[in-house]
Amino acid sequence: MLRLDHGIGHTFGHEFVGVVHEVGPSVQHLKVGDKVMVPSNIFCGTCYFCARGLYSNSHNVNPNATAVGSIYGYSHTTGGYDGGQAEFVRVPFADVGPSLIPDWMSEDDAALLTDAVATGYFGAQLGDIVEGDVVVVLGAGPVGLFAAKSAWLMGAGRVIVIDHLDYRLAKARDFAHAETYNFAEHDDIVVLLKRLTEGLGADAVIDAVGAEADGNLLQHVTSAKLKMQGGSPVALNWAIDAARKGGTVSVVGAYGPLFSAVKFGDALNKGLTLRMNQCPVKRQWPRLFEHVRNGYLNPSEIITHRIPLEHIAEGYHMFSAKLDDCIKPIIVNDAA
Amino acid sequence: MPYTAAKPDLVPSSEELRARIPGWGVDLDPADRPSVPRMRDPEPAPGAHWTLPEQQEERWPRERSIEHMRLTPAFGTSCPPKGLSGVIRKAAYARYSEARAAHWLLLMLGDRVDMVESAVTSALRGRPDNPITETGILSEPRRHGISSRFGRNRADVKHQWLDPVIVAGPWVLAGWGAVRAARRLRRGAA
Ligand SMILES: [Zn+2]
Repeated sequence: MLRLDHGIGHTFGHEFVGVVHEVGPSVQHLKVGDKVMVPSNIFCGTCYFCARGLYSNSHNVNPNATAVGSIYGYSHTTGGYDGGQAEFVRVPFADVGPSLIPDWMSEDDAALLTDAVATGYFGAQLGDIVEGDVVVVLGAGPVGLFAAKSAWLMGAGRVIVIDHLDYRLAKARDFAHAETYNFAEHDDIVVLLKRLTEGLGADAVIDAVGAEADGNLLQHVTSAKLKMQGGSPVALNWAIDAARKGGTVSVVGAYGPLFSAVKFGDALNKGLTLRMNQCPVKRQWPRLFEHVRNGYLNPSEIITHRIPLEHIAEGYHMFSAKLDDCIKPIIVNDAA
Repeated sequence: MPYTAAKPDLVPSSEELRARIPGWGVDLDPADRPSVPRMRDPEPAPGAHWTLPEQQEERWPRERSIEHMRLTPAFGTSCPPKGLSGVIRKAAYARYSEARAAHWLLLMLGDRVDMVESAVTSALRGRPDNPITETGILSEPRRHGISSRFGRNRADVKHQWLDPVIVAGPWVLAGWGAVRAARRLRRGAA
């Protein structure tokens, strides 16, 4: 989470499903009692950007910034909306955002589709993968796992996942059929990736880490801890250096608005295509629903924990310190 | 080898992959991928029944980026600016565009001040923050804090000793400052 300007009292949570409790006077398509899944982005559906499919970049929802759209429970910079980790949440533009959860879909799969699955697939899509491409995914968290899996759907010839947590790399092998390497076991991960590709580099590299990358001590303290950079650019810099010349770097890891020391010169001199965005979640749904139904994507396979809402502080600590082989916890509200 | 024109033989055949990986290549044709990032012909998102959404009520002068031409029709109301942090936040929005470092640095400062103000306010209200239950640290014994970290090639373990220092440091310093100030006051009164 980018702790830029949260505001104490802000409720987190941008990946949630629930039951409609009340509808506003203008709502036409939803009624009380409907079971819905809510995309992580808040979007109006009709502004210049929404009309062009850029749902994550809606201009009518975030007075705080023009550079980013709105996300539930994500900071003041993304609009100051409360999120879903509560008994109730306000869902603006209920006629364009939420969808009814299909009968055949589990609530777990539905919850994961509201961000992580869609974002992972989007990351692969931004890689512009063609048949036989060598695709490297940095980060074996939920988004990286779904990106690796999605790369195959788009015809990748080889999918390589990099992380430092062995249990997550094991998941990348089982769940996403990927080749895996632990960067903590190698001096220089860029050199390893060059060796694996006979010196060429990867056709596409997907940064599914973002600003939380660990880096060296100085980077870790200035970015992850003190938030003095807009995030540690370690993963992005590895992506730039590991891609082949003329290749594509896709960024779906989250970075904040502050400056980060990115190796832009390498990207320029290698002629890379850099593609990135927050995922326009609902744009992805029709195709992703088909993939889930056909069994090509089984989102709930990555769920490792269920945390009751009242134990959420411990859940956060476990997730952030990566305890107990945690990959994806789901928060459950049994009281509701 | 990149030193000649030949493409290195790096990947298995598509037939082999199709046999091994469920769904391999179903989205090989970019036409099957959700169109991204832009649609050529602008059209409203399904379900939208407005041209411009109706304006949400503005209950306080809503802070907004000076790059916006107007207050957006919808916005979050989770944390109205208050106290000193509110003054800092309003200043960040009033003067500086998103292009300016000062804008973001002031917002970060506002966030840190908000933390202190909120800790003090909840203490004064008789509900002080509880660093044991509210930091989630109790999950350490319950979720295998030690075996999750050591002997597992984790890159982050090297600097995790810093975490308690960074989390607890400001509190320890603030406590020490408060004790010193209290002593000085008592001495002054004596
Ligand atoms: Zn919009």
